[in-house]
Amino acid sequence: MNDNVLLSVSGLSTHVGIGAQPIRAVDGVSFDLKRGETFALLGESGCGKSMTALSLMRLLPASGRIVAGAVRLGSRNLLKLSEVEMRRVRGGGMTMIFQEPMTSLNPVLPVGTQIAEALRLHAESAGGGSRQRVLELLRAVRIPDPDRRIDEYPHQLSGGMKQRVMVAIALAGNPELLIADEPTTALDVTIQAQVLDLMRHLQKERGMAIFLITHDLGVVAEMAHRIAVMYAGEIVEQADRSSFFSRPMHPYSRKLFDSLPTLSRREQRLKVIKGDVPALQHRFTGCRFASRCDHVMPMCWRQPPTWHAADAEQKVLCHLYGTQTHTPQFSGSVNGGGDRPSLEPDRSVVEPLLEVDALRVHFPIRKGVFKRTVGQVRAVDGVDLDLGRGRTLALVGESGCGKTTVGKGILQLVRPTSGSVRYEDTELTRLAYSGLRRRRSDLQIIFQDPFSSMNPRMLVGDIISEGMKALGLTATPAQRRQKMERLLRQVSLPGDSAGRYPHEFSGGQRQRISIARALAVEPRLIICDEPTSALDISVQAQILNLLRELQQQAGISYIFITHNMSVVSYIADEIAVMYLGRIVEKGEVVDILRAPQHPYTQALLSAIPALDPATKRAVIRLQGDIPSPSNPPSGCHFHPRCPQAMAICRQSYPRRVRLDDRRYVSCHLFDADAGQQ
Amino acid sequence: MIAYITRRALYAIPILLGVNLLTFFLFFVVNSPDDIARSQLGDRRVTAEAIEHWKRAHGYHRPLIINGDSQGFGRITDTVFFDKSVRLFAFDFGSSDSGRDIGYDISQRMWPSLAIAVPTLLVGVMVNVTFALGIVFFRGTYVDFWGVVVCVMLLSVSSLFYIIGGQYLLSKLLHLVPISGYDTGVNALKFLVLPVIVGVISGIGSGTRWYRTLFLEEIEKDYVRTARAKGLSEQLVLFRHVLRNALIPLLTGIVVLLPLLFMGSLIVESFFGVPGLGSYTIDGIQRQDFAIVRSMVFLGSVLYILGLILTDISYTMADPRVRLN
Amino acid sequence: MPVLFWTDILIFVLVAVVTAFFFYARRREHLRAPWRQVSRSGVAMGSVVVLAFYATVALLDSLHFRPVLGDRGEDGRVQYAHEVLSVFDLLATSIRTRDEKTYSAPFAAFLYAKETVELPDGRQERRYPRLRHGGSHLQNPDEDKIGDIIATSVFASVKGLLVWSGSCTVLLLLLAGRTRKNLGVVFEDVTRGRTHTRWRSILVTLGFLLVVSFVAADLSAKYHILGTDKVGEDVFYQTLKSIRTGLVIGTLTTLVMLPFAILLGIMAGYFRGWVDDVIQYVYTTLSSIPGVLLIAAAVLILQVYLDNHAEQFASVAERADLRLLFLCLILGVTSWTSLCRYLRGETLKLREIDYIQAAEALGVRHFSIISRHILPNVMHIVLITVVLDFSGLVLAEAVLSYVQIGVDPTMNSWGNMINSARLEMAREPIVWWSLFAAFVFMFTLVLSANLFSDALRDAFDPRMRRQP
Repeated sequence: MNDNVLLSVSGLSTHVGIGAQPIRAVDGVSFDLKRGETFALLGESGCGKSMTALSLMRLLPASGRIVAGAVRLGSRNLLKLSEVEMRRVRGGGMTMIFQEPMTSLNPVLPVGTQIAEALRLHAESAGGGSRQRVLELLRAVRIPDPDRRIDEYPHQLSGGMKQRVMVAIALAGNPELLIADEPTTALDVTIQAQVLDLMRHLQKERGMAIFLITHDLGVVAEMAHRIAVMYAGEIVEQADRSSFFSRPMHPYSRKLFDSLPTLSRREQRLKVIKGDVPALQHRFTGCRFASRCDHVMPMCWRQPPTWHAADAEQKVLCHLYGTQTHTPQFSGSVNGGGDRPSLEPDRSVVEPLLEVDALRVHFPIRKGVFKRTVGQVRAVDGVDLDLGRGRTLALVGESGCGKTTVGKGILQLVRPTSGSVRYEDTELTRLAYSGLRRRRSDLQIIFQDPFSSMNPRMLVGDIISEGMKALGLTATPAQRRQKMERLLRQVSLPGDSAGRYPHEFSGGQRQRISIARALAVEPRLIICDEPTSALDISVQAQILNLLRELQQQAGISYIFITHNMSVVSYIADEIAVMYLGRIVEKGEVVDILRAPQHPYTQALLSAIPALDPATKRAVIRLQGDIPSPSNPPSGCHFHPRCPQAMAICRQSYPRRVRLDDRRYVSCHLFDADAGQQ
Repeated sequence: MIAYITRRALYAIPILLGVNLLTFFLFFVVNSPDDIARSQLGDRRVTAEAIEHWKRAHGYHRPLIINGDSQGFGRITDTVFFDKSVRLFAFDFGSSDSGRDIGYDISQRMWPSLAIAVPTLLVGVMVNVTFALGIVFFRGTYVDFWGVVVCVMLLSVSSLFYIIGGQYLLSKLLHLVPISGYDTGVNALKFLVLPVIVGVISGIGSGTRWYRTLFLEEIEKDYVRTARAKGLSEQLVLFRHVLRNALIPLLTGIVVLLPLLFMGSLIVESFFGVPGLGSYTIDGIQRQDFAIVRSMVFLGSVLYILGLILTDISYTMADPRVRLN
Repeated sequence: MPVLFWTDILIFVLVAVVTAFFFYARRREHLRAPWRQVSRSGVAMGSVVVLAFYATVALLDSLHFRPVLGDRGEDGRVQYAHEVLSVFDLLATSIRTRDEKTYSAPFAAFLYAKETVELPDGRQERRYPRLRHGGSHLQNPDEDKIGDIIATSVFASVKGLLVWSGSCTVLLLLLAGRTRKNLGVVFEDVTRGRTHTRWRSILVTLGFLLVVSFVAADLSAKYHILGTDKVGEDVFYQTLKSIRTGLVIGTLTTLVMLPFAILLGIMAGYFRGWVDDVIQYVYTTLSSIPGVLLIAAAVLILQVYLDNHAEQFASVAERADLRLLFLCLILGVTSWTSLCRYLRGETLKLREIDYIQAAEALGVRHFSIISRHILPNVMHIVLITVVLDFSGLVLAEAVLSYVQIGVDPTMNSWGNMINSARLEMAREPIVWWSLFAAFVFMFTLVLSANLFSDALRDAFDPRMRRQP
């Protein structure tokens, strides 16, 4: 074996669940991980990548068990170790951080204690758990003000800081290998940039290898030296970064790239992977991807593919490369569609549909003997928006900026504190319950979570027809049924769906049902609250295509609430960037993406991991975390984190400055009167 | 914190007023004072004068809620409701229908109640936590399975049988301790042993099972996985991480009971002839002494509300995440 | 002449509700699936059979009537007895009517207390007299008794086994018909425990119960198998009669409190604001009164009321029944608050969930949102609570009756049995059989209910936990 190899996994198989048909979550996975490199395991949800990581640590849930294979760390086969010996490897030889920093720390112990505990376990020198060593680690993971933080409890730290504490715990034993299971998926993009940067830095400093598990191609592009693509329990392609991003070989890998929404694909339908991930309960006779592959051949069904090496760095598990002497041709290039559409914004005048003026939604904070209101959570604090017919406005911002509350405030699901929401000629904020009900059919909403957005105890047919019935839109049950069938066809669901329950559908299908439910009352405006962020990339593409189609056919307007810039660049006409309850910049999508003006917009865009390192902007690193909306900073809310903050930014909130007829920005940098520009 | 406690204490006033109104309604509106007098005096000697005399002697002769004959405040204060219910707020319990001072009785009788209830609670919790930890340590094995089965069987037995069985076994067959009774000072010890043992054993089934679910719930959480990923041993994971977190619901579940310990246990005290508040209440019920029952209802409500406040305070102390406001 | 007590009416309402729920759930997958899981648990299925036995006795004991007297009245109309009997009493006539003088031990042929007997020669002697009924068919009880008991038991067991194998065959035929399998295959599936529903546990429990019942029935025709009490009444009969009391308290109490708990809990959580404040005030006030004391106070009041209005009741049984119903009511008042609080919390959570918000955005009215979205999603909590509460209530009855704030002293109940037996604890040798009978019957019922409710909770909501 190569001396350089740190971890060698061969034929690892893990089953989850008991009974005759366990789920073969990991099915014969083999790979080598070299010292000091970052090895990324890329795959969509349910493909078995987390189970692979937990198998390496032997930390499987109670229902899981490793049934075959070998895991060698250095010279030892971890699967042969006793539990006592394995404990020494955990935290010492290799260690792991998890996706959910919110729940991964013990809530009742101070973070310092939790780090010290790990230090003591793996201390080579005396005083392993000393405060001094803990502080050193906190500094190493760049936690500001470590002397104070060391005695704080997890709930007092932000998500980003908790993940740093997790990293500090991981570093305590000086491991050779850090397994990171979606370490930044739960974090905002600016915080993600900080954590990824930290991990790269620590790796360089300590020569530690990282086994990175992620579904995000951008993160892979930023972090990985080598990549393995996992699909339905097995690895289908392995490559180094440059080969993978310039020339993905497996049809599945290619599809992943093709289904990414980008600015350059705006005028076309996104490529989608048809069908669903196969169930992992049974054995496969042929290639697992065959049912979804565009290049499927008869032999793909009959016999499992074998590995074919393209060169020393890249190999693929696919029949296409075995039978043919030539490399198969795929259409399109990795980085976007062939013919470049015109990206000039459409500047024709559109009819306004919705106008939001100075919208405020405050939630009172009550305290004291008589529950006096002592403060307000200013979730939305003066938002102005306008939206034309058939247009899409993206409301962009990090978590807690109030974007979801804006959506609910427009729909009057949360009654605004002040301000106006004008829909056509109606002032929605002044309508009483019954008046509002008459307007309900015009404005609809689609939610983020496809699981909680439907009553699990109702049939899909009842779910879709509920609105028609409640609003009396269709006269007879027969008409309703007819309309429902049309709706199901429209969102490409099987005709018998109406008689089934939501749990029988996949996440993407459920999101289609949600769309059908909204469409049933023939709305003019749909508020889409992160409708694709719980979905895999390939499914996301299906939903985006559908939303785009509906807009073209029926002229529906969208307010698209999201934090995902690539989705925005594909679907939106305009962008409004929110920070702490206010809009800091608004304009046409192309203008903003090409030339962001507000320092926050600039930082936000620069923090997004780019697929192509060449187009990557220099990351503008933001300091600290998003402040609380109950106690926003004085002056410009952004000034504590702003790299270009001036004296005046601390004193007054900037005016809105119009840059052209469609674009404005709220920043002192652009306000000539504010001086020192 | 102080503000919170003040608010909770103030909120207790309308609740206690509600309790008083309810008991007042039950005692005096469903049955008139005449009815009470009649049943107190027994059927034979009932004459109108006797009833009137009894009512006057026990303070039931006034109008119920509003006294039309009086002036000013007297219209409200010179009534049965004010006399019998509102004065409870000053912990002025008055005298029982048989003429004894209830406040004095309570102050005398709460000590035997505490002497049984406190050790029962403490020993019980220790025993149950130990059993539950043992079962959880062997989770998924036969120890776990049979442990739960035994718990379910234990909690399917009526507490009356524990008492009868305990008395029969320890006192009658083995002659280890007296079957019932009470004494003062150190001599009380030998009378306390049996009630405490019986109390602990009768609580094992439900207690152990409840703590087991608490522990199992914690053991599935993400932070336990983190602790294991550090390389901690299973014992340390259980004691340092799981127990610490499970203690929060466990402690607060106990704190809510603390004030009510004063009330004693109705059945244990009456079975073992302990002169505590529990048997006091039972005596009151069996003698149909409404004054005692009403006082105990009020006292019980006060202690219950106190328990709720203490629970909230103990949450802030045990759980760093909770802040009162 | 049939007589309907209040509790009888409510019991039949309850039976109707359960039947309606059964047909409702049959057509709904999300309701059927958890029940299927329950049916996969052998322990739960065994418990169901036991519970069904108890329920049968209770139902038979709830069909009340007044028997016709032999002689007609002066005007020629049919005369009815003053005493109210039930169908169960009719079936158990033999043990109901065969009173002794006072205590006698199980299977005894002699009384438990010495009596002065006049011998044939005119002398008087203190000795244990023969019982009037128990073992009276034996010439020489000391020698013949054991043999007679064994012979009767064996014969009865054979009868029980015959009935059991008959019902097994019917079941297997039905299963074979439904699954379209060969009878032999079905037999093997059942005996190996491979069927979806655990028929094996059901059949084993059924067999055991049938044999025990047949043996008990045959023996009790000749002996007092659980002895007699102070006034010479058969303890076996008493404990069987107590079943109805226990079940009524365990079920009607929840039936009475459910509408309040559901309505108020959901309203508080859904409408929030002042509605929530009022409802919270009401249940905090109620729950702050220690349950036992509230019950004591209420029962005392009732007692005084009944004493002063004795003329309003046609019979002692009717009075006792009203007291039982009242006890259910007051137990319901003290126990609805925890469910109400739980439902309020659950509704508060549901209210924020996306599908409720979506319904609101679709213009669905409040009433429809509550009935279509919220109620079906909290029903499992209600169901689990009802079943979990049952065993606690059965146990509570015994304690309350012991404190004399439970059911009427004239009514048969396990609490009353324990209470009266306790007074004889000091007697030598000890009178243990009343306690023993109450213990065995209560323990079996409560254990089955606990095992069943555990399986039910695991199937419907494994995360739901409650403090005991």
